[in-house]
Amino acid sequence: MKTYLRFGILVAAVLGTLAWLAASGIRESKTYYKTISELKSMPQSEAGKRVRVTGDVVAGSIRREGTAVHFQICEKERGATLNVVYTGKDPLPDTFRDEAQAMADGKLAPDGTFHASSIAAKCPSKYEAAPGKAAPQPLNPGTARSSL
Amino acid sequence: METLGAFSLLLALCLAAYAFLASSIGGWKDKPFLLESARRAVYGVFLLLTAASAILVYALMTSDFRFAYVAERSNRAMPAVYKFAAWWGGQEGSLLLWSWMLSLYSAIVVWTNRAKHRNLMPWVIAVLTFTQTFFCLLNVFVEPPFQMLAVGRGITSVADGNGLNPLLQYWLMAIHPPALYLGFVGFVVPFAFAFASLLKREPGEAWIATTRRWSLVTWGFLSIGIMLGQGWAYAVLGWGGYWGWDPVENASLLPWITGTAFLHSVMMQEKKGMMKVWNMVLISATYFLCIFGTFLTRSGIVSSVHAFAQSSLGSWFVGFLAISISITVFLILRRLDYLKSEAHLESVLSRESSFLFNNLLLLASCFAVLWGTLFPVITEALMGEKITVGAPFFNKVNIPIGLALLLLTGVGPLIAWRRSSWESLKRAFRWPVLVMGLTMAVLIAFGVRHFYALISLGLCAFVAATVVMEFYKGARSIAARSQMNFVRAMVELTHRNTRRYGGYLVHMGIVLMFIGYTGSAFNKDTTEEVKIGSHFRIGAYELHVKEVTDGSNPNYSWQRAVIAVHRHGEYVGDLKPERRVYAASQQPTSEVAIRRRLNEDLYLNFASMSQSDPEAAIIQAYVFPLVSWIWIGFYVLLFGTIVCLIPSKVKYAYPKTQVVGVYERQPEPAQ
Repeated sequence: MKTYLRFGILVAAVLGTLAWLAASGIRESKTYYKTISELKSMPQSEAGKRVRVTGDVVAGSIRREGTAVHFQICEKERGATLNVVYTGKDPLPDTFRDEAQAMADGKLAPDGTFHASSIAAKCPSKYEAAPGKAAPQPLNPGTARSSL
Repeated sequence: METLGAFSLLLALCLAAYAFLASSIGGWKDKPFLLESARRAVYGVFLLLTAASAILVYALMTSDFRFAYVAERSNRAMPAVYKFAAWWGGQEGSLLLWSWMLSLYSAIVVWTNRAKHRNLMPWVIAVLTFTQTFFCLLNVFVEPPFQMLAVGRGITSVADGNGLNPLLQYWLMAIHPPALYLGFVGFVVPFAFAFASLLKREPGEAWIATTRRWSLVTWGFLSIGIMLGQGWAYAVLGWGGYWGWDPVENASLLPWITGTAFLHSVMMQEKKGMMKVWNMVLISATYFLCIFGTFLTRSGIVSSVHAFAQSSLGSWFVGFLAISISITVFLILRRLDYLKSEAHLESVLSRESSFLFNNLLLLASCFAVLWGTLFPVITEALMGEKITVGAPFFNKVNIPIGLALLLLTGVGPLIAWRRSSWESLKRAFRWPVLVMGLTMAVLIAFGVRHFYALISLGLCAFVAATVVMEFYKGARSIAARSQMNFVRAMVELTHRNTRRYGGYLVHMGIVLMFIGYTGSAFNKDTTEEVKIGSHFRIGAYELHVKEVTDGSNPNYSWQRAVIAVHRHGEYVGDLKPERRVYAASQQPTSEVAIRRRLNEDLYLNFASMSQSDPEAAIIQAYVFPLVSWIWIGFYVLLFGTIVCLIPSKVKYAYPKTQVVGVYERQPEPAQ
């Protein structure tokens, strides 16, 4: 039994350490998903939270100033827009461009601009259609499709 | 022709379902004719799916844009190899590839075991065809690849297709999905054998012996798939990393982790008759994680930079997983008596114990990755708020686990079975520990202060020393006895016990990969806006931006920065990072330029021209120390896996330890 007790203690020690590491890892890197309007109405007390916000890149809004990139994203339905400035060190994804769906990760500064530390982007559903939108985007106007 | 394709799929579905029923009923009621028909149905499914795939590929190669799939994934200007690769470039096609590979594997299993395992085969076939039926269902009803556009009937015309996503037009990416799928699909086979022997209470460890090669080959393919993905991320995605803890990457890592745990812990069952329940759980978990991985990548449940489709596949997968997991758990619980262990753990300092902790750590890592991947889904369900965790979480948990595993990689193979004394440990590990201490001392002397990097490189030296020692000791005794030269003695040694020494080689590969990963602690990067003609510095490099050129071909147009690289003041060559815009999709991509060397890579990305100054380019430069060792380690790992697959020259009979009075083994009936 003594052997099993030893194993028990060792296993508990390993798992305990890992659980502690995991908990602190979550505390450090947890990020909340917010919509643009939720972000704008966020109380001041939560301003320091890390947030992930998604929206469509406003056409013509991408502007590079030195190594920082400024752009705007907007919500489709409610039309709320958000100024974003990206200063992260990773290059922007190739899919990031006008009208792409962008996901910005970062914090809201007191002046209302969003400081993003990373950007992910999907191209405007050219390759893959979301469910419910029926068929993928028509290839050119008037393309009819029939399934077998 | 398209009708033929769709009908083949439909027929394949029917045949697969038939094969499932026939082999289950045939196995249950012992009806040889039903079983024979199930076997032939398996071949039939393979032929039909091959036909369907061939039709799709033919349509892709001939740019037949009446096919919606072809029009969306291909265009005329694409090179033939990418036209072919478009087979798995989209949702419908890649699910067809999955199905086809499964049918291929099933056919091979049925053919090679046609005269073997009479008791098990009906249930093996049942498991295989059950999975096959599910994927055929998806092919036929959810993601049909043979949707047609009403072209050429006076309604519309398609001049050219959309083209394959440019990010996928890279040679690594063309073979990454098939390799990964060969791994994903392959674990069905060991699972099927495990399930069948559980169901039939098959005495002995026949299923392990039979599927050892399968597990290894499959594990090898999964490793290849994951590494190709890393290589692609590094060379194409342009963010300079090879691993981002993205849900899709994690999906491929999860079954690899449990598969690795399985490969280790089956040794315990083979040699000691221990951990039987555990192995059953591991192989089942691996199989389910493979299905789950397909589900994650294909259903878009967790948002991912890979930007795969969102689709209605989710509920199908959840249903399938729920049914098959419940059946498996139920069966394992019903058969606990059959899975009783034949020996007990005797000491914390023993080979058994090292296997146990190896498994514990791998599983903990798997659980952490799964938890982190599904965190948004879990928090949304529990708290109503979607929260995600990023790379810091994964690194924080997995780096210590990785280091502990690395330690076990060195300790495990040298420690004695059953129990070991401190004395013998000291003898065995004197040299490796010395090497480790020396390595760390040298690193500290050279100014390395990064804690994890020090530990990691120290452990790498430790494990490498144990492996070298094992080869050296074995080869020296052979060389002395048979007057061979040392190199030939090494080959002879390996050939005599390929499993053991192949395993060491795999470990060596892992060590080299760890060296490469550790290099990331010393990465450097900078982003500069540079006027054409001027220069900037990073690390030991001075980079002169000479000119920016442009041009185009039918597939894409490009803009290229020509940058002269000087290292310590000496000219070493030009690097030409490039930006492309693909004609068909109007999608821009960046082609990074990399100067790969063993000590470090210089990695340049041409971000764009500056908007404020038309004469300036924005260049991102990175220095990645030791990255090449990841790829070198991978080749060593692959070589080791192949060595493991070569039959040993000397057949070792592994005597099992019998613990008298605990459990008497039944004599095995003649097969």
